[in-house]
Amino acid sequence: MTWSDILSNGWDAIRTHKLRSMLTSLGILIGIAAVVLTVGLGQGAQQRVSKQLSALGGNLLIISPGSSTTGGLRGGFGSASTLTMADANALTSKTAAPDIGGVAPILQSASQSLVNGSTNWTTTVVGSTPAWLSVRGRTLSAGRFLTASDESKAAAVTVLAADTASELFGPLNPVGRSVTINSVPYEVVGVLSSAGSDSTTNLDDQAIVPFSTASQRIVGGSNRTSVQTIYVKATSTNRLSAAYQEANTILQDRHAVTASSTSDFSITTQQSVISTTSSVDNTLTDLLIGVAALSLIVGGIGVMNIMLVSVKERTREIGLRKALGGTPATIRRQFLSEASMLGLTGGLLGVAVGVGGALILPHFISNPITISVPWIAIAIGVAIAIGVGFGVYPAGRAARLSPIDALRSE
Amino acid sequence: MTAAVSPGLVVSVARARAVQQAGHSGVDNAPVIELDAVGKVYGSGEFHVEALRGVSLSIRQGEYVAIMGPSGSGKSTLMHILGCLDVSTSGCYLLAGEDVSAMDEIDLAEVRNRRIGFVFQQFNLLPSLTALRNVEMPLAYAGIPRVRRRELAKAALERVGLGDRLDHRPGEMSGGQQQRAAVARALVGDPALVLADEPTGNLDSAATKDVLELFGELHDQGRTVVLITHEADVAQRAGRIIRILDGAIASDDSNLVGSNR
Repeated sequence: MTWSDILSNGWDAIRTHKLRSMLTSLGILIGIAAVVLTVGLGQGAQQRVSKQLSALGGNLLIISPGSSTTGGLRGGFGSASTLTMADANALTSKTAAPDIGGVAPILQSASQSLVNGSTNWTTTVVGSTPAWLSVRGRTLSAGRFLTASDESKAAAVTVLAADTASELFGPLNPVGRSVTINSVPYEVVGVLSSAGSDSTTNLDDQAIVPFSTASQRIVGGSNRTSVQTIYVKATSTNRLSAAYQEANTILQDRHAVTASSTSDFSITTQQSVISTTSSVDNTLTDLLIGVAALSLIVGGIGVMNIMLVSVKERTREIGLRKALGGTPATIRRQFLSEASMLGLTGGLLGVAVGVGGALILPHFISNPITISVPWIAIAIGVAIAIGVGFGVYPAGRAARLSPIDALRSE
Repeated sequence: MTAAVSPGLVVSVARARAVQQAGHSGVDNAPVIELDAVGKVYGSGEFHVEALRGVSLSIRQGEYVAIMGPSGSGKSTLMHILGCLDVSTSGCYLLAGEDVSAMDEIDLAEVRNRRIGFVFQQFNLLPSLTALRNVEMPLAYAGIPRVRRRELAKAALERVGLGDRLDHRPGEMSGGQQQRAAVARALVGDPALVLADEPTGNLDSAATKDVLELFGELHDQGRTVVLITHEADVAQRAGRIIRILDGAIASDDSNLVGSNR
């Protein structure tokens, strides 16, 4: 008896008892659908959180000058700063740093007074390059962002954050209007969308100007290529540590640092925030998977129950098969294949229901649900394994039946 | 009932038939079944039951033998042992020259598959399968490829006159047709022995006649047929009648009516 015979026998038996097979598979179906949905919910939530975090700089490295371990008093700006524009440019190399997706050098002034006619507002003026927008994961609500040409010309243009814009211009559209900083008029070219606040600063209250403009016209100082902070964005959240390594290597090379203890810069991440959030999500997902596993076990007991009934009911058939040359091994395989096909049927239907739910449910609840292919494969594997696992005992009983007793049964 | 005639005469008739059908399986005139002092005891100690007490018996190729006996006589036990569905507790059984008395379950399954074609009282066709698929079943256990299986099963069904019922399920056939399909299943593997256990027990008289004629034809074609029955008129068709009583052979007679039929 070949495997294809055994499988087609099993399939025949399942088809012959359609209703019963459906009901048996239902237990597995519910379990598998629950696994697919809970894993999808868990991963969806996780993805949403990491998306939010990456929007707020979750995949962000912040490179600061000086050594945080020595903690010595640094000189004024431009004298002790060890990071330069050249460092920032080196980090953009696609060959040395393939996991770095964007670099934004920052030159930030002390608070400046911005003036629009009779209205004034004091805020932080940030000098940066056009890459800032994507590195900080921000979007515009109006106008445009800074361009390379603004940068090269040290143009007197600015992009205002949402709160800053409304403080200065009220309901008016600020794009095209001008504000005065340090007695110099700046054209407002764009307005940032609101982003809320991170732990320390209001992200919606700042004015962005080209890096060159900030260094030449606002901050000043002797070394005009000095950089206060470099924001580096990893290509994705899970490439963050690779990006960290690359940035570290490049800067150690450039600064001729041999040991990390003598580094004249430090790199920090928000990885710790992400891992905390992930672990909360994981706990929840684990709990839900536990519930789904319970329902799968119940489904498996259902399979075992039905297989035992089936063996009992088909005792005569088993006797006949034995009389015609079926060995205990082929009989066992037949019932095992039936049980595993019940499991597989339940598993496939469960995946269909789960995927259907994952597509439909997000329209009614606020949570996104991810459809995870590896988990679907695992779920189907588990469904088959449950069929086989819970089929072993009934199949063994069938295999052990004596052909005479089996043939005699009514 | 005929008077005791030397078994040699019957054998020679059977041999003549077998020779006519030269080329059929096995060696001409070789014993298909040889039982030597076969005993079967169920249970042990005080509660043991001796179902067979030293049965010795030889059936040659091409013979048509009826085994008769009242219920409780050991007839069914003998049939189970002949069919390799059970093993004896003492004595020796050679089936087509092969000692099957000490075989394990797996070897017995293989012997049943290769050597024996069963016909049961209840037909025992699987209701969910077509006639063709039912007849194919022994071939599937023998590991014969699907295409070849289909050809052989079709030929066997045609041989029993069911060439137009290949795709009918048992529920769509009359009792006689079902039993014919079961006979086709018994023949399809070209076994050394066709073993029929009360094959007409569930049939009306027309179907009984029909099926018995089929067995007669098989016998004419040189098949070895052993038929277990408690109906005298069924047994009368056979060329040799063995009566079992209290676990032993009570009589073993040639039946000229049957053999000369």
